[in-house]
Amino acid sequence: MGKFILSRFLNMIPTLLIVAVIVFLITRMIPGDPAAVMLGPQASVDDVEALTEQLGLNEPLVKQFTTYVGDILKGDFGTSITYNRPIVDIIMDRFPNTVILAASALLIAFLVGVPAGIISASRHNSLIDYFVMLVSLVGVSMPVFWLGVMLVLYFSVNLGWFPATGMGSMNDGIVPFLKHLILPSITLATIPMAEFARITRSSMLEVVSQDYIKSARAKGLSEWIVIVKHAFKNALTPLLTVLGLQVSMMLGGAVLTETIFSWPGMGLLIIDAIEKRDFIVVQSTVLFIAFIFVVVNLIVDILYKIVNPRVDYSSKGGS
Amino acid sequence: MGDEHLLEVNNLKVHFRSGKKTVRAVDGISFKLGKKENLGIVGESGSGKSVTATALMRLIPSPPGKIADGEIIFEGENILKYSNRKMRDIRGNEISMIFQDPTTSLNPVYTVGNQLLEAIQTHQQLSKKDAQEKAVEMLELVGIPEARRRLKMYPHEFSGGMRQRVMIAIALSCNPKLLIADEPTTALDVTVQAQILELMKKLQDEIDTSIIMITHDLGVVWELCDNVLVMYAGHMVESGPVQSLHSNPLHPYTWGLLDSQITSETESDELLRTVPGAPPNLMTELPGCPFADRCVYAQDICREKKPEMLEVEENHFVACHFQTEDSRLERRGGDHS
Amino acid sequence: MTTMDTTESMNNKNNNNNEDDMEKAPNLFMRLLRNRLAAIGLFVVALMVITAIFAPWIATHPPYEMDVTKTLLGIGSEGHLLGTDNYGRDIYSRLIYGSRVSLIVGVSAVLFGAIIGTILGLVSGYFGGTLDSVIMRFMDGLFAFPFILLAITLMTVLGQGLFNVILAVGIANIPGFARVIRGQVLSVKEEEFIEVTRSLGARHGRIIFQHILPNSIAPLIVYGTMSVAGAIISEAALSFLGLGVQPPTASWGSMLKEGKDFLVLNPHVATVSGLAILISVLGINLLGDGLRDALDPKMKL
Repeated sequence: MGKFILSRFLNMIPTLLIVAVIVFLITRMIPGDPAAVMLGPQASVDDVEALTEQLGLNEPLVKQFTTYVGDILKGDFGTSITYNRPIVDIIMDRFPNTVILAASALLIAFLVGVPAGIISASRHNSLIDYFVMLVSLVGVSMPVFWLGVMLVLYFSVNLGWFPATGMGSMNDGIVPFLKHLILPSITLATIPMAEFARITRSSMLEVVSQDYIKSARAKGLSEWIVIVKHAFKNALTPLLTVLGLQVSMMLGGAVLTETIFSWPGMGLLIIDAIEKRDFIVVQSTVLFIAFIFVVVNLIVDILYKIVNPRVDYSSKGGS
Repeated sequence: MGDEHLLEVNNLKVHFRSGKKTVRAVDGISFKLGKKENLGIVGESGSGKSVTATALMRLIPSPPGKIADGEIIFEGENILKYSNRKMRDIRGNEISMIFQDPTTSLNPVYTVGNQLLEAIQTHQQLSKKDAQEKAVEMLELVGIPEARRRLKMYPHEFSGGMRQRVMIAIALSCNPKLLIADEPTTALDVTVQAQILELMKKLQDEIDTSIIMITHDLGVVWELCDNVLVMYAGHMVESGPVQSLHSNPLHPYTWGLLDSQITSETESDELLRTVPGAPPNLMTELPGCPFADRCVYAQDICREKKPEMLEVEENHFVACHFQTEDSRLERRGGDHS
Repeated sequence: MTTMDTTESMNNKNNNNNEDDMEKAPNLFMRLLRNRLAAIGLFVVALMVITAIFAPWIATHPPYEMDVTKTLLGIGSEGHLLGTDNYGRDIYSRLIYGSRVSLIVGVSAVLFGAIIGTILGLVSGYFGGTLDSVIMRFMDGLFAFPFILLAITLMTVLGQGLFNVILAVGIANIPGFARVIRGQVLSVKEEEFIEVTRSLGARHGRIIFQHILPNSIAPLIVYGTMSVAGAIISEAALSFLGLGVQPPTASWGSMLKEGKDFLVLNPHVATVSGLAILISVLGINLLGDGLRDALDPKMKL
């Protein structure tokens, strides 16, 4: 197991490097003089030159890249001119908020989606099954930003149950905190919830027709144990496969959700920074999110191995 | 006779719904099984023999399947009337089953020990330690060396034959009165097949278990069984003591089955004879004998009237219009084309 | 064992009752229509295409015509079916024209991603080796970005505009297609007939175009259809964030953005524009599911 984790970990490094290259290339695609774009039209020539100097934009591209990677390795993402703070500090302020939102959304998605899929599969072709399928079909097609707006419209504007924006502080107690959390979490949870329900259902349907389910029943086990112990653990493998993808989608969805609910996470930071034309912050935050995702995938891979003792990793490719 | 029987099956019918149609997979099967007696149920795939076995455990997937009619009387009680809960107490405890393919019958994500212990602890009030001991004992009984270490291993670390031994250990772990073996050797290599059969024979001497052996291989039946039941297209066509059936098979379908067996005398270059044609469509109720379309001896009556199971020799029954007490069919030289 | 061979073939006849209806259907189109959900999807997509093409005839007003005396009108007032927005523009007509942006971006971005992704996947899978490692490492890198975040980042650099949206969403689509095609190439390459062809001295081009590509068509169609749905949502999301098409272009996403600002006064603007996105995406996804089932139910996509 230790050897396996180490090899996966080493495998991660080239991917991270390529992620850094991609982000670097994208930001260097900005037409015109980046420093001038960042400072806006009223900036003086001196200011622009000073910033160009500071960002090292007058250096050759390769030199720029090595400096950039070197700084990242030192944990130095640079300093934001618009926020006037080290970017690492800004991200570390926002990161926990995104984690709270994403974790609660993932929890909702899992706790609702997976049981829905199990019930749907164990009552195959029943009304419940059709209902779950219909809801999850709509769910996977949902524009989450619209769902967020609609939730605000009904539960904040019309009913006044939950605040429309912002994040409650834990200092005010748990209730206001949860009240702020609930609408954004549901918004962000919708697509993964629907995906989990679909995947769980289809893999459960595949698993329950297997011989080992029949032989589990033949032992006289209760249906509950047959489904939860014998079927579900086998159905987990495809679920884990989509988990990594869903986390990626959620990190993306968080950008939209945080914008709608003014949730002070990394997504809102990106959108704010785009408006302020602070590309360095955008670049660093995007890079950070991509890093997070690569690490999440590593964790999913390890979970995969734990759940499924048969998997032979020597033949598994880069996916 | 009478109450001595462990199991009595009367007019069992199992139907499967397929769209708007009904498939009569098992259409009126009756037999009796005594204690410590072995019964072989023989037929091609699709003859309903596996469905019959599954029905005995009440494990027919429903929907689409359902036990449409009949009685399954086990130790004097009709288990078809049991609640699901009561039935679960029977399964794996009083009646156990082993399946055709040991590679897929063990859950790949749990250790062998886990799956064996689970069977033991479901039906026996044993401490964890005692159950563990019992598990080791069972594995040793079925001839798995280093049993204690093997308990911690996953099914994929076992060979096919070893997995089937594990399945047998699981099935026998609660000393069942009846063991249903659904083609237990079909998926195995020929040499391993022989070992598993040998093991079953040996075990039968050691424990008091009746066996129902579901197979397409008459050779297995001759070796292991006391009585045999030949099924065709959901119907019984012949039944009787093994000796009687072996020395004097009566139904043309049984003749076909015998011709298609590999025997030690079969020359390697000799083409095995097969029963030509395909079984009838089980979705329509046949007016006549189900085998009529493939039977070289068939006459008009075979397509019009269903033959009854008649006792033509002692305990030897056959369902054929031309095999009765006063008339016999001359078996032709085995050339069916 | 020998009896099994004969018995199994004997048994085949009885077993395939369930799939009969599907298998008897003469062609793909008929099979799609047989599948009720896919038929609904097809209907929605057809409706969307018709709306986009005939927008000038279906709309009641020019979509960009402002009238400051008639702002934020309610549903059905003064000849405006769905009322007007804060500039006095007719919501219904903008909604109709919005289908054009969705469709253009959806189809063009996917075509862009599909063409480049297919080429990369083909080259990578067919030639293998270092080239394969380099390309797929790069694709893994692109995959590390949440789809929408990659599009957002690209839009930040490219700037607003219809063409740039297509480019950004198109680029974000490349790695997905590259992976699908590479997987197909590898599985087709395994099969013997490619070996045979190669030993006969066929050129790479002929092998790729006559053997590998035709085998990749089915997954390409299914994956492409699903991707159009994703691209439509992405365009709407970008426009919703103010990073998509330029105002005053009528896009469902930008209408939703404007509707959100007047949520209390005129909630139906946000409601209908989002519904339009949801229904078209749902329709395309249903069609995609149906296509997969009709082409190859076992396809892993």
